Amino acid sequence: MTRSQTVFRLSLMAVVVACAMPALAGDQTVSQAKKAFTVGVLKAKVGDTVTFRNDDEFAHNVFSLSDAQSFDLGSYKKGEVRSVKLTAPGTIEVECAIHPEMKMKIEVAK
Amino acid sequence: MSHKFRSQRVSLPLILLFGFLVIGSVVAAESDPWLRPDFAPAPPENQLTPARIHLGQLLFFDPRLSRKSTMSCASCHNPALGWSDGLPTASGFDMHTLARATPTIVNTSFNPIQMWDGRKSTLEDQATGPIEAAGEMNLPLPELIERLKAIPGYASKFEAAYPGMGITAVTVARGLASFERTVLSTESPFDRWRKGDEKAVSASAKHGFELFQDKAKCAVCHMGYNFTDNGFHNIGLKTEGEPDVGRFAQRPLKSMHGAFKTPTLRDIALTAPYMRNGSYKTLMEVVEHYDRGGDDKTNLDINMVPLSLTASEKQDLVAFLESLTGVPPDVRVPALPH
Repeated sequence: MTRSQTVFRLSLMAVVVACAMPALAGDQTVSQAKKAFTVGVLKAKVGDTVTFRNDDEFAHNVFSLSDAQSFDLGSYKKGEVRSVKLTAPGTIEVECAIHPEMKMKIEVAK
Repeated sequence: MSHKFRSQRVSLPLILLFGFLVIGSVVAAESDPWLRPDFAPAPPENQLTPARIHLGQLLFFDPRLSRKSTMSCASCHNPALGWSDGLPTASGFDMHTLARATPTIVNTSFNPIQMWDGRKSTLEDQATGPIEAAGEMNLPLPELIERLKAIPGYASKFEAAYPGMGITAVTVARGLASFERTVLSTESPFDRWRKGDEKAVSASAKHGFELFQDKAKCAVCHMGYNFTDNGFHNIGLKTEGEPDVGRFAQRPLKSMHGAFKTPTLRDIALTAPYMRNGSYKTLMEVVEHYDRGGDDKTNLDINMVPLSLTASEKQDLVAFLESLTGVPPDVRVPALPH
């Protein structure tokens, strides 16, 4: 087998494995644009991953201090993303620490 | 009669044209994100009335709202000093120097979050905070209420403002908030320029505004008509002694350590010295700070980067900032009730 064939097969296997991963089916992306989350309430399930993408010209942050799940994804610039895996059911109140007017909720089902 | 009719026919299109122009200019002004609205919003339960504003004005200037009857709200938020105090950091109870500068209350009624660290959300929440704070006016609210009830002249003022509600912490807070909602910036040269008067500001100030939005990145935080994002940033000020954690006390997150609320830039020429610790005496010193990208890099906001501004560009930025200051109105200090 040539080197290029090996690379091709490995790539194909990676794609097949990635498509088979159940977590990807629950992945959701929320944009931060014009100093607001583009989703007010997001419905999700335990095990899902939520990705936040900064589409503004300035830095944003994402955090939650909710009882259901707390996290701090830090601050990041335009075009960058941060992700969080949902680990428990409940309502997660998400904010941007830099801009406290930016708020949204994630309702996590079992 | 026919003459009258003819004159009406002639004037009607002119009236309509004038009306369209007026409406057009109002719409244009309202849609300009750099021009502030005419009025500050008030919550449904505390809509502005003349009686409420009057009561709030009395309370604001009354030193009996402090433990020793020596400090009023106006002692720190002095209208003769841009509604601040001209000090690097505030002077509190018994003249003790406090850790933070007195923020101006100009246009604070537009802000959805109050105080340097955002620990209060509304003007009503904020109003009684300094009265009962031990380091500031140091008067517990129950004591304040008893004191006000013992001043006969206040009863009719509270009744006119809040019929049937009496003299309580709630009505004190609402009255003070009502007065604060009238403390607004006046029309500045910058405003006149935005409304179409090309001669209102210098070419230097106009270039400064371009830099403000672009190369100097000021508008990343100082955005909109009140020149604030109502957000929290660690801008890398040099500090001596114990560092002030700022917003971290309210939101224990790494990025909030040493972060403080972005202040308005309206009437900024009236409110020196600058920054939350009063560390800069001039606007040029402020511009130099941002040009360096801050000094203390510990937990620095990621928006802060060196700017490489030229000397001319710094002058232009200062010219622009100065154009944000209007002519302060004469403020009447009222005779207090007895």
